Amino acid sequence: MATLPPTLSSRKRDWIPYAKIALWIALLAPAFILLDRILLLGQFSGGNFVDDPVELIQHWTGNTALILLLLGLAVTPMRRLLGWNWMIRFRRLFGLFAFFYATMHVVSWFVFDHQLALGPIFKDVLERNWILVGMMSWLLLIPLAVTSTVGWIRRLGGKKWNRLHQLVYPIAILGVLHFLWQTKLLERDPVLYTVALVILLAVRRWIRRK
Amino acid sequence: MPTNNHPHPSEVTPESIYMNRRSFIRRASVASIGGSLIAGGVWARHKNAPRVEGTSDDELTPWETVTGYNNFYEFGTGKGDPKENAQDFKTDPWSIEVSGEVSEKRTFSFEELVDGLTVEERIYRMRCVEGWSMVVPWNGFMLKDLIEHLGPTEDANYVEFTTLMDRTQMPGQNSPVLPWPYVEALRLDEAMHPLTIMVTGVYGKKLPPQNGAPIRMIVPWKYGFKGAKSIVKIRFTKRQPRTTWNEAIPREYGFYANVNPEVDHPRWSQASERRLGEFFRRDSLMFNGYDEVAPLYEGMDLSRNY
Repeated sequence: MATLPPTLSSRKRDWIPYAKIALWIALLAPAFILLDRILLLGQFSGGNFVDDPVELIQHWTGNTALILLLLGLAVTPMRRLLGWNWMIRFRRLFGLFAFFYATMHVVSWFVFDHQLALGPIFKDVLERNWILVGMMSWLLLIPLAVTSTVGWIRRLGGKKWNRLHQLVYPIAILGVLHFLWQTKLLERDPVLYTVALVILLAVRRWIRRK
Repeated sequence: MPTNNHPHPSEVTPESIYMNRRSFIRRASVASIGGSLIAGGVWARHKNAPRVEGTSDDELTPWETVTGYNNFYEFGTGKGDPKENAQDFKTDPWSIEVSGEVSEKRTFSFEELVDGLTVEERIYRMRCVEGWSMVVPWNGFMLKDLIEHLGPTEDANYVEFTTLMDRTQMPGQNSPVLPWPYVEALRLDEAMHPLTIMVTGVYGKKLPPQNGAPIRMIVPWKYGFKGAKSIVKIRFTKRQPRTTWNEAIPREYGFYANVNPEVDHPRWSQASERRLGEFFRRDSLMFNGYDEVAPLYEGMDLSRNY
């Protein structure tokens, strides 16, 4: 069995466009499942009766955004540790979809919890630390999403672009903190995400030192 | 053993409550729960729920939600966990130990304890401290009637309720999320208030295990966590008992836990709530709309006694 070559350029990778299509479908799936559960009573995706659709929307989109952020952060360690350099081709999609779900999360909160009333939105953001960190996480994602195109990478230059996109670390930390902070007690998922984040950050440091 | 010569109510009821009896019960009438809940979409299900008479915007929360969306950490912390994990919960036989500052100090079987008490339907709003609410047609009897049976002594100032401790049947108790067993308590005058009920059924059916079978307490003007479920001990005390959530996180959960839109939870506002199934929030009401309990707290600073 042939091992994968160390660089991207050394071999044609015909399968990558197909893999990208598959990934698009996979990344859109959570949105379809959510729509199905709320509008079609889970005819396609199953699941229980939805007691609180707004809670489902908010938990589902927030969770998905965090998972995608963590997966995006896992790309570089996997490349380095396993030599899967092709993974870099998919990183942008993870980031963009994390932004997509985070935006749905925030917008649903604007609409359902505050009916777009700016005063109460600002008040809530400023008074509640866990909302504040969540909001900061989302706001910081915006410049990263905007500058994710090849055009912007050229315009900024690799070095500057890289430095800007280092923001993904504070974004992930703030996002996980937002999750951890809003539960009544220490619950399983936020703890799992925290552990995952700590491991990813530690692996990264370790790789950099090597 | 059930006895027929219960003490006359006035012998054990504090006078203030006794004199106040006329002024209460804004009980939603016993609206007939006709019309089975139609499947066919979230909208249809909620739209077809029968209304509570007199309170036009308080529609009954559908049975699926009342019995499928529960905070009962003994069966897991997810809202759907209790329904999933409580199905084999054994509620028969069930005994309840009555102790402390009370004359009928002994262990009763469930049947014995509820014998002779009048079960009626009470449609109550249920407001969770987390910011969501329901409207539930409970079946139960006034806690007051039970307390009068049991005859607390003059030193009884509080009543404490303890949930069953059983790690095999209640897997959530293996996790240290809360100091088990779950304990809740009321001041005696709160317990004697005619709105406070002991619940044995919902929607005209036997109380399902995920809702706290076979017997639980409901105090409609307080946040839901005050309503101890699957009760095995009732103890009358002179001093304020420790209560579980208050002990776990005192800054966030007080002993009183009255629904109060003006006193925020440290991490979220209590000014509004989401009625389960609705998309937009509605204003929360002082004492969850049960204003008749206000005299119980006269002169108390409710922002300190949260």
